[in-house]
Amino acid sequence: MTTSTLEQELARAREIAAAVPDPELPMLTLGDLGILREVTAGESGVVVWITPTYSGCPALREMSRDVAARLTAAGLGHVQVRTALSPPWSTDWITPAGRRKLAEAGIAPPGPAPRRPDGPVPLTLTPAPSAVRCPACGAADTVRTAAFGATACKDLYRCQVCAEPFEHVKEI
Amino acid sequence: MGFDTAYEAITEEDGDQRWAFGTGFADPLAGVDTAVPDGVDGADLAAYCLMLGDDALIMSHRLQEWLARAPELEEETALANIALDLLGQARLLLTRAGHADGTERTEDDLAYWRGPDEFRNVRLAEVRDADFGGLIARLLVFSTWRLALLDRLRGSADPLLAAIAAKGVQELTYHRDYAAQWLLRLAGGTEYSRERMAAGLAAVAPLTPELFLDSDTERRLAPHVAPRPADLRAEFDAVLATVLGRAGLPWPDGPAEPEPRGVHTAELAEVLDELQNLARAHPGATW
Repeated sequence: MTTSTLEQELARAREIAAAVPDPELPMLTLGDLGILREVTAGESGVVVWITPTYSGCPALREMSRDVAARLTAAGLGHVQVRTALSPPWSTDWITPAGRRKLAEAGIAPPGPAPRRPDGPVPLTLTPAPSAVRCPACGAADTVRTAAFGATACKDLYRCQVCAEPFEHVKEI
Repeated sequence: MGFDTAYEAITEEDGDQRWAFGTGFADPLAGVDTAVPDGVDGADLAAYCLMLGDDALIMSHRLQEWLARAPELEEETALANIALDLLGQARLLLTRAGHADGTERTEDDLAYWRGPDEFRNVRLAEVRDADFGGLIARLLVFSTWRLALLDRLRGSADPLLAAIAAKGVQELTYHRDYAAQWLLRLAGGTEYSRERMAAGLAAVAPLTPELFLDSDTERRLAPHVAPRPADLRAEFDAVLATVLGRAGLPWPDGPAEPEPRGVHTAELAEVLDELQNLARAHPGATW
């Protein structure tokens, strides 16, 4: 295979892998989430590198299987899906398109991940007032109702204006 | 849908059908470079990963016992999420241990086929919670200590340990805030809730000094691969002082009899019996 053909193949593999939906947030693709790190040429075929969102993310295995199945179906031969643990995933890696799709699905997208000051990890005893806008009516007056939600990456809010409860992707 | 097809409806025909239970889950370190770095002793590294992995596994199991028993659905969800984070950390650390000591034992070998005497977790992780106040006290102490530990491990000479720690720090930050905020709520609630919170602190206080005891493994790995437990004490004390100061509750004085890691209460056997009995009754089973 010439260099340019190889590059084309890898670009095509990346495009297919990036379009695989996330099993837990099916409105987002792996590309939108920012967990698809790299697509490289390995000794025995294409290697796709994925970073887990959380240590216990139960969706990682599903994603790996989906990526391998789609690339194989596209004729890209033997595919390996590998885990890249470092650096850890941050919600800052969610693309602008991903944020838009979340909001359209009624899930408030994350704000900027907290910037860590020097010294020990800061303790939060009184949560700051909510900076999350209601994805249904756009109001800024919202309250967090629970720090953990139905999946590891989300917490729960309620809009004080339209009274709609909604999920939010928490910043990490 | 008939009952006999219900199971088929929630599984897939091809691939791994072990979503509910089973052994032989995909290696969580698949494709990760698991070579032990030069200058690091593989046996010590494995022993250390086993300590941290066992802490997470056993604590996770105790948290899972709260499912369907928590006071509110939101708390049940929170505890399930915290337990899942810790289980994820345990899987990575146990897998790392099996690679680093050259035995190639899998996470399943280590989780299901060791007896209580071989587990290396601290006693704080294994004790039963008397009530929700007890759980909050234990979770605050555990997550404050583990966050201080993993934060230092981010700079470990073992890149894999450093990567596992960096992810864990993000998770533990949420766990610690959750426990600290609940402690304030219970302390500032009714006289009864405050009493229960104080009783929870009294139950975990005697188990706290052993978190800061050095073992031979940690002495050999410090300072480049792992921190010395004694060095975590100042940060731990500062966090507890902040939370308890705001709550107006004292840290209980009382006799402490720290035991080295590897000494357990009888309650570990109870945890392991539930954790291991299905895997042991049907070795290698998948469904």
